[in-house]
Amino acid sequence: MNEITQPYPRAQALPVSWFQFATKHRASIASLVVLVFPLVMPFTALAANILIYGLYALGFNLVYGYLGLLSFGHAALFGTGAYFCGIAIVHFGLPWFAAIALGIAGGLMMAALIGVLAIRTRGIYFAMVTLALSQCVYYLFYQATDWTGGENGLRGINVHVIDIFGIKLDFINPLTRYYVIAAFVIAAFFVLSRILASPFGAVIEAVRENETRAKASGYDATLTRLLTFVLSGGFCGLAGALQALHLSIVPIEILHYDTSGVVVMIALLGGMGTFFGPMIGAAAFLLLENLVSLWTVHWQLVVGAIFMICVLFFPAGIWGTLISRGKP
Amino acid sequence: MASLSFDLIALQLFAGLALGAIYVLFAIGLSLIFGMLTVVNFAHGAFYMVGAYVGVYILALGGNFWICLIAVPLAVGLFGLAVERILIRPLYGRGIDYPLLLTFGLSYVMVELVRIAFGKTGFPFDTPEVLQGAVNIGVGYFPLYRLFVIGATAAVLLALWLFLEKTSFGLIIRAGARDPQIVRVLGVNVARVWLIVFGIGTAIAGFAGLLAAPLQGVSPEMGGTILAEAFVVTVVGGMGSIGGAVLAGLLVGVVVSMTSLFAPEMAKVSIFALMALVLIIRPQGFFGRAGLMS
Repeated sequence: MNEITQPYPRAQALPVSWFQFATKHRASIASLVVLVFPLVMPFTALAANILIYGLYALGFNLVYGYLGLLSFGHAALFGTGAYFCGIAIVHFGLPWFAAIALGIAGGLMMAALIGVLAIRTRGIYFAMVTLALSQCVYYLFYQATDWTGGENGLRGINVHVIDIFGIKLDFINPLTRYYVIAAFVIAAFFVLSRILASPFGAVIEAVRENETRAKASGYDATLTRLLTFVLSGGFCGLAGALQALHLSIVPIEILHYDTSGVVVMIALLGGMGTFFGPMIGAAAFLLLENLVSLWTVHWQLVVGAIFMICVLFFPAGIWGTLISRGKP
Repeated sequence: MASLSFDLIALQLFAGLALGAIYVLFAIGLSLIFGMLTVVNFAHGAFYMVGAYVGVYILALGGNFWICLIAVPLAVGLFGLAVERILIRPLYGRGIDYPLLLTFGLSYVMVELVRIAFGKTGFPFDTPEVLQGAVNIGVGYFPLYRLFVIGATAAVLLALWLFLEKTSFGLIIRAGARDPQIVRVLGVNVARVWLIVFGIGTAIAGFAGLLAAPLQGVSPEMGGTILAEAFVVTVVGGMGSIGGAVLAGLLVGVVVSMTSLFAPEMAKVSIFALMALVLIIRPQGFFGRAGLMS
């Protein structure tokens, strides 16, 4: 009994394992990797794609990995971000930073709309309801041809020069483009790391681990879910906006069910509920997709089979399997 | 709006019921599997698509539509048995998301295999000769094949009801859905029951795919669209409830059919609006048990 009432003994200066070190400096380490990535990765356009999908998976992982809700409708958040950014440039002629801000706002707004409905269900239903609602978003954008270009996609998102307080960056140069995108992704790393380290971040995981206990401790589980989903929408909206700038076009397929599925695969492949998992998953997934499609057009067969093997034998993903050795 | 006579609306209602019949068959399999195994089968659309392609294959071999009606559910059901036994069984007890993710990956593999075997593009599927034409149903002429779809669905429902309510195996299934642990304690091999339920569910999906083929044609992607719509059906009807799946399936069919008459551009979106409404008013669906959703 005394053991409980006694003050908790001060932690001794244990030798810091690499895992603890990595956790403490997770945002900085991820940023460093992102900065040197083009040196080892010859195809810069693919590297930029990896960054964007990694950011998209980062936002998804906030809901799936940390909150424990499986969403099959994240394409709606990613796609809305892309379309809002594209529409701002094509139809309103707004500068690039305003377009990105609008993309983030679009992701947040769509997440709030879908979240309010989907949060009413839990567990397995959440996956079904988010999938159905994102399908609804797909049809809406598909039919708003005047704004979105419908089946042809939204064309003409031409940003050639990124102007930062008078410094003009050539956005056509692949390497410059990569680093402009990287700047946003790095900012997202630090924001996400801060959210996860905050008391709110602890509540997110508390709701996942034991909802009853979280409620008994005075936290509003439903509100936590909604807020987390909306935050996730912000990250995915940013990823979508960067994708629109990167591709110069928003294809309607960005809202398709497959885009929702891809991010589930990436998160699981990399390791859900881990900070580095989504980026590693995005790199693994896109490199695999590129390699396999050099060899056969039926890359979905190989990717689907590898995903099934992952679910069956490596549910912790690449990073999750690695850190299970480093954890105390 | 003189053109919108009572007869036209009645005919459109019947067309909606025929469309709804396909949703019913699809959603019943989904609901049956979920009610027993608590597995959301994301590959259900792929099984549906495979059913249509098995029909195409049998017809190409020289068989007729009536042989298909027997052979397709058998073939797809057997495939379903193999999938449950080999792929899904190792995942029981590992969290509810894993079978879902596995079947999601499986759907990619199945769609791609069909693309390799039959080509990337879809093709039309001829309505069997005997079922071509239209019959007068009192309010106007209605395509015979659609009547056949409604009839065939009713027959499957009746057979399923008799099987579940009147046979001892059906009793075990219903008991297993309520409390698998007690059923296991009573000495029933629950794993075998689950296997058979998965087989039945996928067989019905294949049957639905075959029935839908003359209406919509066949393509490797045909399962993806109906999957999202079937989720709407199960959310509206209440997951795991067979009565709910029937009622909601027909309702969704009628809603699609009616909105395509009055506001064609809203037809695709209307059912999602219906789902949103149900989620706000009655989150557990028409027949769902309160609390099952959470």
